[in-house]
Amino acid sequence: MNFQKIRNFLGNYLFVAPAAALFFIFSLYPFFKVFQLSITNWDGISQEMTYVGLANFKDLLTDNPVFWLSMRNAFFVTFLALTAQNLLALFLALLCDRDIRGGNVYRVIFYLPPVLSGIVVGLIWNWIYDGSYGLLNHFLTFIGLGDLSRAWLSDAKTALISVSVIHMWKGFGWGFVILLAGLQSIPRDLYEAARVDGANSWVVFKNITAPLMIPVFILVSILTILGTMQIFDIIIATTGGGPGYHTEVPITRIVSTMIGASKFGYACAMGVVFGLILLAISMIQIRVSKMMRQV
Amino acid sequence: MTAAGAMEVNYDRVRKMTVSFFSHCFLAIVSVTCLFPLWWAFASSLKTQQTVFKDLSLFPKEPHWENYYFAWAKADFSLYFLNSLFYTVTVVVGVLLVASMAAYAFSRLEFPGKNVIFILLISTMMIPIPGSFIALYVLLNKLHLVDTRLGYILPQINGGLALGIFLLKTFFDDLPKELEDSARIDGCGRFRVYWHIALPLARPALAVLAIFNILAVWNEYLLAMLVLSKKSLMPLQRGLMVFQGAHITQYPLLMAGIVITILPVLAVYLMLQKHIIKGITAGAVKG
Repeated sequence: MNFQKIRNFLGNYLFVAPAAALFFIFSLYPFFKVFQLSITNWDGISQEMTYVGLANFKDLLTDNPVFWLSMRNAFFVTFLALTAQNLLALFLALLCDRDIRGGNVYRVIFYLPPVLSGIVVGLIWNWIYDGSYGLLNHFLTFIGLGDLSRAWLSDAKTALISVSVIHMWKGFGWGFVILLAGLQSIPRDLYEAARVDGANSWVVFKNITAPLMIPVFILVSILTILGTMQIFDIIIATTGGGPGYHTEVPITRIVSTMIGASKFGYACAMGVVFGLILLAISMIQIRVSKMMRQV
Repeated sequence: MTAAGAMEVNYDRVRKMTVSFFSHCFLAIVSVTCLFPLWWAFASSLKTQQTVFKDLSLFPKEPHWENYYFAWAKADFSLYFLNSLFYTVTVVVGVLLVASMAAYAFSRLEFPGKNVIFILLISTMMIPIPGSFIALYVLLNKLHLVDTRLGYILPQINGGLALGIFLLKTFFDDLPKELEDSARIDGCGRFRVYWHIALPLARPALAVLAIFNILAVWNEYLLAMLVLSKKSLMPLQRGLMVFQGAHITQYPLLMAGIVITILPVLAVYLMLQKHIIKGITAGAVKG
């Protein structure tokens, strides 16, 4: 009886075995390996590595301004994505929530950029921003603002904001779809009741829509932050981090520390610090959301 | 009542129509902003190297369809395309198989440590670990999987598991058990029950999972950049970057390559957009 029970369990384990094996090899092992490598000076090739304690972290925190610049750049893009991109998404979602004709057509169109790859989007926008042949410059000349034309992605003043625009163009449709679904889950009779009481659109939004949407707002914010901070494909397809370090972001820094400079240990330390920062941001967001729900 | 009442109704209707008009205007502008760059890329793919910078037309008078032949046959995009197709099919089949087996076990079968293993497996969904790709690369190097197809496929199957297991387990949990129970009484082994009864029933959930993984694998770049340096193994996204690095000025061919890359995504998206949108929103609004 007992023997049969064990056989039964073993058979059941077979169902989970492939998933567990893949997970242990390709998720769990790398996860711990990053921490181990982060305290070495390993170059990625040689057989030996020396443990250097927290030296990588110390250097990273005190003596690596480019890494912190990359962090600041990522925060800048994230800030724009959180405000401009998500506000646009919300505004569009509110418009489409009014049983507008062709609402589904708009939804299909807005969600098109999010299903494309960052590489494709970046390569197309490269050309829009091009200094000599770019569409944007043609357009500016056409409307008489030719003075503003420039090589948008290689001008230190405009590179980061130009990259942000690409990121927001690619991303707003995603926020739109989720926010619209959130809006549509609000019972209609709440709106009708408010209308009967003579409330105008703004009052309805402030007192009914917004409070009910808080969980969705928080979800969209967290995912926007985590997604935007880890921006990579668009950068690599457009500026590669330049000009200078003006569009460097954490992932491009980690990759070039690893492949370019062969400092695997140091790159792992960067990964750990960056991971902790992302974790901290999500924790704060979840904390804030709990407080807001209690209010 | 009459005159004043009629006036009021009219006023309300006019107001509604004005709001609706401006709404459509704004939505249309945003739509054009979404579509224009894509159409522009397509139009440019039909121009020649000489005309592409001067001819700004959106409908080229003499479309040079032969650009597609050159991009496909001479610029290696057929190779990249077939590679992308191969990776997408293998990863998606892998994710569906491995995730559905595990999800079935978590939903229906009993074994010690079930909950711990389940939570561990889906934990990667919650914790972002940027930088673990460094260790992943080190590991692939040790296993001699760098610059192999397997080295690109296996980590991506693993990458799809967390969401897959979570989604499918939820689906299996909601399925009635009667059919499976009666099959087992008839003497079917657990694997046959899973394969012949549970899996066919899970088709809707498998479809949603497949769509998400198709898009993710087709669009993947970072891992391809780290793992694959042989041209013969590269998928489209990597191939596009290599092409633009080598022939930075060959815009029409690059744009043709981009269109070749986008078309399958576009087809999948337009055919299945209802499921895609349902998929993202269901997860998001519930969670």
